[in-house]
Amino acid sequence: MDKSRMVPVPSNAIMPERDIDKTPILETHHLGIDFGGLTAVDELSLTVGKTEIAGLIGPNGAGKTTVFNLLTNVYQPTRGTIMLDGKSTARKTTAQVNRMGIARTFQNIRLFNNMTVLDNIKVGLHNSINQPLGASITRLFGYRTSEKKSREEALQLLSFFGMENMANMQAGSLPYGAQRRLEIARALATHPGIILLDEPAAGMNPSETAELMDNIRRIRDEFQIAVMLIEHDMSLVMNICEGICVLDHGKVIAKGSPEEIKANPAVIEAYLGKKKEAN
Amino acid sequence: MNKLKNLNKFTLTNIQSYGIVLLAFIIIFPLQKAGMLSNQISGLLVPTCTYVVMAISLSLTVGFLGELSLGHAGFMSVGAFSGVVCAACLQNSIASDPLRLLIAIIVGGLFAGVAGLVIGIPVIRLRGDYLAIVTLAFGEIIKNIMNCLYVGFDKNGIHFSMTSAEALGLIDAKPILNGPNGAQAITKISTFTSGIILIVVALFIVLNLVNSKTGRAVTAIRDNRIAAESVGIGVTKYKLTAFIISAVIAGMAGALYAMNFSTIKPTKFDFNTSILILVFVVLGGMKNIPGVMIATIVLYAMPELLRGFANYRMLIYAIILILVMLATNSSGAKQFFEKISSKIKKGENTDVQNGGVSNG
Amino acid sequence: MTFLSNLINGISLGSVYAIIALGYTMVYGIAKMLNFAHGDVIMVGAYISFCATTYLNLPPVVSVVLAMIVCTVLGVLIEGLAYKPLRKATSLAVLITAIGVSYFLQNVALLIWGSNPKTFSSIIRLGSVSLFDNKLIITTESIVTVLACIVIMIALTMFTKKSKMGKAMRAVSEDKDAAELMGINVNVTISVTFAIGSALAAIAGVLLCSAYPVLQPTTGSMPGIKAFTAAVFGGIGSIPGAMLGGILLGIIEIFSKSYISTQLADAIVFAVLIIVLLVKPTGILGKKITEKV
Repeated sequence: MDKSRMVPVPSNAIMPERDIDKTPILETHHLGIDFGGLTAVDELSLTVGKTEIAGLIGPNGAGKTTVFNLLTNVYQPTRGTIMLDGKSTARKTTAQVNRMGIARTFQNIRLFNNMTVLDNIKVGLHNSINQPLGASITRLFGYRTSEKKSREEALQLLSFFGMENMANMQAGSLPYGAQRRLEIARALATHPGIILLDEPAAGMNPSETAELMDNIRRIRDEFQIAVMLIEHDMSLVMNICEGICVLDHGKVIAKGSPEEIKANPAVIEAYLGKKKEAN
Repeated sequence: MNKLKNLNKFTLTNIQSYGIVLLAFIIIFPLQKAGMLSNQISGLLVPTCTYVVMAISLSLTVGFLGELSLGHAGFMSVGAFSGVVCAACLQNSIASDPLRLLIAIIVGGLFAGVAGLVIGIPVIRLRGDYLAIVTLAFGEIIKNIMNCLYVGFDKNGIHFSMTSAEALGLIDAKPILNGPNGAQAITKISTFTSGIILIVVALFIVLNLVNSKTGRAVTAIRDNRIAAESVGIGVTKYKLTAFIISAVIAGMAGALYAMNFSTIKPTKFDFNTSILILVFVVLGGMKNIPGVMIATIVLYAMPELLRGFANYRMLIYAIILILVMLATNSSGAKQFFEKISSKIKKGENTDVQNGGVSNG
Repeated sequence: MTFLSNLINGISLGSVYAIIALGYTMVYGIAKMLNFAHGDVIMVGAYISFCATTYLNLPPVVSVVLAMIVCTVLGVLIEGLAYKPLRKATSLAVLITAIGVSYFLQNVALLIWGSNPKTFSSIIRLGSVSLFDNKLIITTESIVTVLACIVIMIALTMFTKKSKMGKAMRAVSEDKDAAELMGINVNVTISVTFAIGSALAAIAGVLLCSAYPVLQPTTGSMPGIKAFTAAVFGGIGSIPGAMLGGILLGIIEIFSKSYISTQLADAIVFAVLIIVLLVKPTGILGKKITEKV
């Protein structure tokens, strides 16, 4: 066993001041993954504070979603470590990592389309409902209490997003914006310490995006959790993210506050290309 | 208002499912008691109940879990033969037939559950067609093993052998399971009432499960496995749970089935039986439990009642199967049926029905 | 010597499985469906050849050609009538329909030829080869079967690699929609696949019944299931995989029969399949499928 992997290396952490003396909710050290001979992500070291809103940006194909898949152990990393609230997530399954405190949404929405909105949330509450198999089958032994509790909590979460009137609709039949919100609500139902949002504003109009920004801030404030998002809408990223990490060709090319990122020549080059090349 | 609607949909399924059972019982039980049923129909009662239970059980795997199982008869076989052995061993110690039947059914369910666990652990890791083919393989393996299993019971206790009946070394007793000849001289203790009770038990388990934490997890896995994992649901655990419950119910059905006949062979529970049950489930509407029950009753009883037509009955069955699948699944036929269904509603309905009856 | 003779028998039986498995694998690769009726096409092929030689006194080679023609037409008909309308339906719906077709073929055969087994006289009437002072006897059936299998394998590989239709087949199996956009007639390609698969099934039927001369309406189902597992074993969708899977399956079956237990032979065959799938979930030569998140 490579010993250096297990010991957290102090990274040049950029965190909001309020989080600075607490354990970061998420830390990665020299994270990397190869697909066959292709290195998709390499040397990724980043830190997210307990209540930080962090952004992961980069041109198409930079490896952003791959990072999310690594963080949730959908892919097992080839190199490096992931520390979640100070604990390593190595060799855990996706489900176990979720129970440790990471929840996520997907770029192409993944709801339980054939279930109701309420049941989608209840599935998210799965690990906080105390209902053994015996209770499930017999409807005794606290079945009613546990169902009632999960229903109440689910409705509460829905009302957070103003969706309580949609509780009994089929998730698949919801309008696009509501599907995105439901996916976030379902992720929140797992009581995470950090929520990963993969392009939450994709396909939204400006007023919906404004509402989304408001929601993201409210999630951070009311649940006191960290948010990490992948987004192409720069106005959203620059507006709400406190720390931003820019990825290009699987490597970090810049880290810092929105102002620093805006002024960074490497970032501008990654997005717009070198002037010489353009000509 | 919405809440009421949702509640109704769930209770409606319950009312329909239990209603069908109750109705069948109310109609058939008095007729049977009064001796008004022909031998042929009386003989069909327990098998029909068994197949209804099997279909409910498979509906859990195929409909709710969304995994194609082609070896469900294997669990039925395990339940049948373990149940028969259990009942035969208890023949002298428990006098009450219903009690012995109950114990045999529970034992059958337990053994099938163990088989479900053993088979489920490897199977559940595979996906789609590969899972299907492995369940098929397990079904065949169970059939083969049962074909060489010899079990006997005498004053020295229970004896097992995989080679021959003589190897059992029985004293003053005949083997209970006799290899390829299966179980012989079974005391017939299954009754229509016990069949109905078993259906109710199966319904109770499956319908309750569907609307619970476990059931939601299972449905979620089928709907979107990756999303289910992302919200912390252990896919293997819940798939395995559903698979084992399904196996237990199938095993109980098997025990009930076996004790309705005086002899039963291992080849009875082959690939064709698995497919037959699958057909009931698919034509009944997968996870539509009332639909699955009705499909089973109609489809199981139909070829049996058509026995007079000997060779033609399975042919008719095959043609109906193909036509139903084409009618319900091809886009062209759907439009065509929508067109003529409006015409039928205008009064040609009776003609079609009469035609069907005179042909049958 | 018995080892060698068992090995030869195994390869011979395996070659039959391989030829059947090729039909399964090609259809699965292109139409993404399990054609459960394939085993029954084998049975039809065997009956046609039986009738041609017994009742019409045709020479064996002609009977085989006749069986191939009938099976090809049958395969294309089945595809066109039963499977084509379901191209967009769920795989389960197609599977159940295929099962319906399988029942249909078995029962039609039952009506025409009855349930009594017919004794199939081998179409290869050449005696056998004796080696090592008659210690090792190789039947001509075995030799012909293995040769047929090799020829078919080479021909099919050449066909899919070189010919225009073969390339179309590979394109359709890769991505049906993209192939259609590239101007490939998907329906014709699928029909041709069924035609080839069914013609192979006819050959397999004749070879199978030459070696095991009992012919009845259910003759095709068990070899069909085994050949299908052979296809999965080798990696479904792959032509060399089907060959490899078939031959291995045949060898395992014969060896279990002679060294372990006749009754448990099938159980052992299926157990090996399960172990292979657990170690290599897409079969020996199958491609690894990765899911996109």
